Amino acid sequence: MDLKDKLVSSFLAFENKVDVESYVHGVRSEAIKVFEEKGFPTKKEEAWKYTSLNSILKEDYSVFPKQENALEHRDVKEYLIHEIDTYNIVFIDGKYSSHLSRTTHDGMDVCLMSAALNKPKYRLVIEKYFNKAASKDSLTSLNTAFSSEGAYIHIPKGTIADKPIQIIHFSTGNESATMLQPRNLIVVEENSHVQIIERHQSLTDNPVLTNSVTEIFTRKRAIVDYYKIQNDTANASLIDNTFINQERESIASVHTFSFGGKLIRNNLNFYQNGERIDSTLKGVTILGDKQHVDHNTLVHHIEPNCESHQDYKGIFGDNATGVFNGKIIVEKEAQKTNAFQSNNNILISDKASINTKPQLEIFADDVKCSHGCTIGQLDESALFYMQSRGIPKKEAKALLMYAFSNNVLSSVKIPEVKQRINKIIANKLGVNIGFDL
Amino acid sequence: MLKIENLHASVEGKSILKGINLEVKPGEVHAIMGPNGSGKSTLSSVIAGKEEYEVTDGTIEFEGEDIEELAAEERAHKGIFLSFQYPVEIPGVSVTNFMKTAINESRKAKGLEEMPAKDMLKLIREKSELLEIDRKFLSRSLNEGFSGGEKKRNEIFQMAMLEPKLAILDETDSGLDIDALRIVANGVNKLKSKDNAVVVITHYQRLLDYIVPDFVHVLHNGKIVKSGTKELAHELEEKGYDWIKEEVNA
Repeated sequence: MDLKDKLVSSFLAFENKVDVESYVHGVRSEAIKVFEEKGFPTKKEEAWKYTSLNSILKEDYSVFPKQENALEHRDVKEYLIHEIDTYNIVFIDGKYSSHLSRTTHDGMDVCLMSAALNKPKYRLVIEKYFNKAASKDSLTSLNTAFSSEGAYIHIPKGTIADKPIQIIHFSTGNESATMLQPRNLIVVEENSHVQIIERHQSLTDNPVLTNSVTEIFTRKRAIVDYYKIQNDTANASLIDNTFINQERESIASVHTFSFGGKLIRNNLNFYQNGERIDSTLKGVTILGDKQHVDHNTLVHHIEPNCESHQDYKGIFGDNATGVFNGKIIVEKEAQKTNAFQSNNNILISDKASINTKPQLEIFADDVKCSHGCTIGQLDESALFYMQSRGIPKKEAKALLMYAFSNNVLSSVKIPEVKQRINKIIANKLGVNIGFDL
Repeated sequence: MLKIENLHASVEGKSILKGINLEVKPGEVHAIMGPNGSGKSTLSSVIAGKEEYEVTDGTIEFEGEDIEELAAEERAHKGIFLSFQYPVEIPGVSVTNFMKTAINESRKAKGLEEMPAKDMLKLIREKSELLEIDRKFLSRSLNEGFSGGEKKRNEIFQMAMLEPKLAILDETDSGLDIDALRIVANGVNKLKSKDNAVVVITHYQRLLDYIVPDFVHVLHNGKIVKSGTKELAHELEEKGYDWIKEEVNA
């Protein structure tokens, strides 16, 4: 049985475990039909032209976790930003770990999706927001159909979250292959502010496929900073579908750091439903071996006087491959839009490749839109210059690559996150130098 | 200190240096002059260890050791410094961090601990004052958007930080106005001692009014065709290079 059939038939088993009378289940039932009809995307679709899921779909994934697996804090500490106090929502093989988590209901809700879906007091929020930003494409629909667990974050009006929130998914490799479908809902009400760090981490080399959906709603003048740390093991693949629905004068930024994993697909979508909205999409990708990343971004400018800033840097070695597909739509009403997009890449091996494709659809006539993409190599003359000052070639290369990424790193607002990223980069490049530029 | 014998070098199969002999002793200042295309910059790149240049014959010894097989950074660790004719812009790396990395990598290579941050800052302050460099300048990206004069001053600042045994100044005077020239030359002179040596590569004599050479060599068509004292530089300034070419061809 192929994975699609397996998933469709396991939906019946899933229905035995959930409340089929609920509002959410109506949404799920619609979604499984969409997935059944569309199936997994193939390279025939324009949006998947350079990314094939074939190699990861052939595994025999366990689609429901069979048992609860305990992990101790000391075993996974390295994957958490532990230098600062944070709220943590931690999942092990898709199941919530109260042992590793630190949630709250004090002044805001930082808790579980399963609780939000089942408890009556969350019903209004769920009915207002659940699946309202998510698109109806096949992978998102697949997640919607099985949505039952993930992070639920609700920051009420006029609240500044007192510490960052980490959402971490561990997979233990207890099954020979695991499929996970976390579903996160984040609602940040008027004048509120939150910082979120998300990570998916496999603890073994057993295959893992994560098809994650995150919906974020930033109400009027809300601020959200979101950091995705993608540094998974060699057989872990991630399809991340993130939808951000912004209201007027809100500010949202997503930084995506892609340093590891087998296949990473980031579908990052911003919808600007109001005036004077600011959206930032930034990423640093450093991959080697046969790793593959596909950044598929959409910024939809719907109303006037909004801005978007996209800056993606990629460094590809060995046989690594990358895709950047950045779409900006400026509707006719969205006058005075400022939309910027830049995608710069360095190929450090002859066998690495990158496909970059900006797509601008502009229907307004008074806008500033710019896009630029570059693909290059490390500057040999700069390397010799640095070597002549006593910096060995390996360190010189690392410094150049770090400097290349620095524009993106400089806008990370949590210093400990930046330090962690620096450390991962230094490890990845095999050098022991401080990058405090 | 530096001993070059019968040095032949080529780049991309094209022979550029055709038998150079040069000996530089501690405490000496040598000037290498010559018309464009005579091989001056190639000579400096070959001494510093640029990979694209292939030594086809002859030897380069530094303090009695054959350095031909050493990588550029290893030569730097031994105390060879090249001030670039065209310093490379490195966006995203500040002058301060670049120097910190360079000094600590050199220390690492010698088995020393990293320099404490306090000492590093003190050293940077001291040396930037010597070159009359504004502190703000040090936090800018290396050479990015620097004027020609700023770039050259920054080269000598780096030299002051690294305290090399042998400094090769490749066309350091080009692009400098008279004030910058004076500052740069003053910096070089203050760093001079009986234990180190300077090789000044220049097309014109004017820098040599400030950094006075003990020996002047004329490079033509990949060979040193004439050597003398500082009076030779004046003669070249007056008469140009044509008489040398004629002498060689005669």
